[in-house]
Amino acid sequence: MAVQNFQVDDAGMPDAEELRQLFTLMVTVRHLDLSAVAWQRQGILPGYAPELGQEAAQVGSAFAMDKAVDFAFPTYREMGVARTLAVDMVAYMATHKATWHGGLYDPKVSRLAPIQAVVAGSVLHAVGWAHGERLAGRAGVALSYFGDGASSQGDVHEAMNFASLMKAPVVFFVQNNGWAISLPTEAQVAGGSVAARAAGYNMASVCIDGNDVAAVVNATRSALAHARSGAGPVLIEAMTYRRGPHSTSDDPGRYRSLEAERIDAGMDPLDRLKEKLLSQGIADEQFIADAWTAARAEEETLRADVMALEPRPGTEMFDYVFTEPTEALAEQRRNWREESEHV
Amino acid sequence: MSEQMMSMQQALNRALADTLRNDPTALILGEDVGTLGGVFRVTQGLAKEFGAERVFDTPLAESGILGLSVGLAMAGFHPIPEVQFDGFAYPAVNQIITQLGRMNYRSRGVFPMPVTLRVPSFGGIRAPEHHGESLEALFAHVPGLKVVSPADPQQAYSLLRYAAGLSDPVIFMEPKARYWQKAAVDMDTTQSPLGARIARPGKHVTLVAWGAMVARCLQVAELAAEDGIIVEVVDLRWLKPIDEATLTESVTRTRRAVVVHEGPRTAGLGAEVAALISEHCFDTLKAPVERVTGFDVPYPSGDLEDEYIPNIDRILFGIQRVLEHRRG
Repeated sequence: MAVQNFQVDDAGMPDAEELRQLFTLMVTVRHLDLSAVAWQRQGILPGYAPELGQEAAQVGSAFAMDKAVDFAFPTYREMGVARTLAVDMVAYMATHKATWHGGLYDPKVSRLAPIQAVVAGSVLHAVGWAHGERLAGRAGVALSYFGDGASSQGDVHEAMNFASLMKAPVVFFVQNNGWAISLPTEAQVAGGSVAARAAGYNMASVCIDGNDVAAVVNATRSALAHARSGAGPVLIEAMTYRRGPHSTSDDPGRYRSLEAERIDAGMDPLDRLKEKLLSQGIADEQFIADAWTAARAEEETLRADVMALEPRPGTEMFDYVFTEPTEALAEQRRNWREESEHV
Repeated sequence: MSEQMMSMQQALNRALADTLRNDPTALILGEDVGTLGGVFRVTQGLAKEFGAERVFDTPLAESGILGLSVGLAMAGFHPIPEVQFDGFAYPAVNQIITQLGRMNYRSRGVFPMPVTLRVPSFGGIRAPEHHGESLEALFAHVPGLKVVSPADPQQAYSLLRYAAGLSDPVIFMEPKARYWQKAAVDMDTTQSPLGARIARPGKHVTLVAWGAMVARCLQVAELAAEDGIIVEVVDLRWLKPIDEATLTESVTRTRRAVVVHEGPRTAGLGAEVAALISEHCFDTLKAPVERVTGFDVPYPSGDLEDEYIPNIDRILFGIQRVLEHRRG
């Protein structure tokens, strides 16, 4: 029997205090994201992949996780997820500083897999990890992040089929941000909906407003509970918009106009939450201003720490290839030290 | 003594059973490995003995099998995936190269990848296209992977037990042409599973081989002995890392070397072996290292595979060339 579209009630809606926390996080992420682009322009980072406009989707979904047991598998554009999970952000930015692929944070402690540069590379890992959790009798659910572009990759389809057949506790969290570098979703996703794919895999799915942070928290909580109960995976397609370039090397002017951007982007998710907080009396202007002040202070410290990040010792190139370097690697390391470090 | 006559297929089955018994985190997964026991029956009986949670069939998708294995390893398990045939590893190459080989590195040692990928390998059984490939050069080139191939039932048991106990990913290449020949296997052998082994000592020339080519080189050694040529056969076993010490020791004694493999010649593993021997034995070598290999062609249909795979004559010619070489 085919699984019906995933029904989400309002049981997981964030309360007033949580909405305030979400706003503070979104402001922190927004400011850090804009700053990271500036850092790149200032020569502090060689490159960065902005998540501008996706704050509600990223902060909201990660906020719903149970950090004691759940685990997130990011792409290279999940800074908002990382910050929400309280990952050491200097260690996170290390990947963009070109210090270490995957970042310098401890992925196990952080509940965030190493940053993944291969599009759709980690979606199957999420399924394997989730299946392992169930085999081990643990309660963890994997949160697998990918985008509309990645949904074209074969690994995503293999992952959905495996997960559904195995009833693996996975939530596929798709951020449909409208663009895969220069290719719009309509030229990427046949039929226009990633969520619609789930039906073919007999998997529950739901398409949500990814710019409404309360809706994101609610749907993700519901999906995590569904997967945790053993009922199988869920796919959430969070409709959002990549307001910035694909990366700091990209030039969106070559494939979309500012006018189209303004119309397609819709209302800023941060403004939406701010209006909600103010209109419902959940927060006042002072709270909003304080959030920005705190975000700026955090970014200032981070900026200094990222700038101070030293290159890793070259010996580490050799040390992490295997759990123990082979003789051949040890010799290459010795030769490198003799010829490059003159020791 | 625990010595028993068995085929390589039985030895591998025994090694898997012993691994599952001793390592509660070990899991076997792949296409048809459960109920059927694998297309070569290497996993037969294991699902029944150890349960469908530890030995399980997956959908027919090799990238999925390898990606799942990476995730299972991240969750603390020790997956032993099977891809049914060498050529079926190609759809999984992205996961093998960009994920399996790099996760330990990317995570700075937080997520080691104790994944032992079993691949029925090489040719010689008149199989369809993509069922006779030699992947060793491809995977030996990838940082973070180890590659090993057993030549006989004893090696199959010992090497699989050892590989399955490692915390690093191993591509375990089983020579399918040698699955059914029986030989004595000592389950408690004290022979080291590390490095190469001298399969037959000799003095005039060293043949370097792995997988199914070891048995062929041993046949060649028998024939050459009739002409008074005492051939040493080195079973390389580990194709990454290569045991340079054993190669050097052997060729320093024999002063001549022929490397034999099924895979295509250009940028084949024979080139690496020849380079290592040249580096270590340049002053003692009496002749350039000779390569007797498959050709730079797609692996041919069954009718032509005996023309493609190094045969006894071609190996004997290779030996003749190094013996007759005169420095100019």
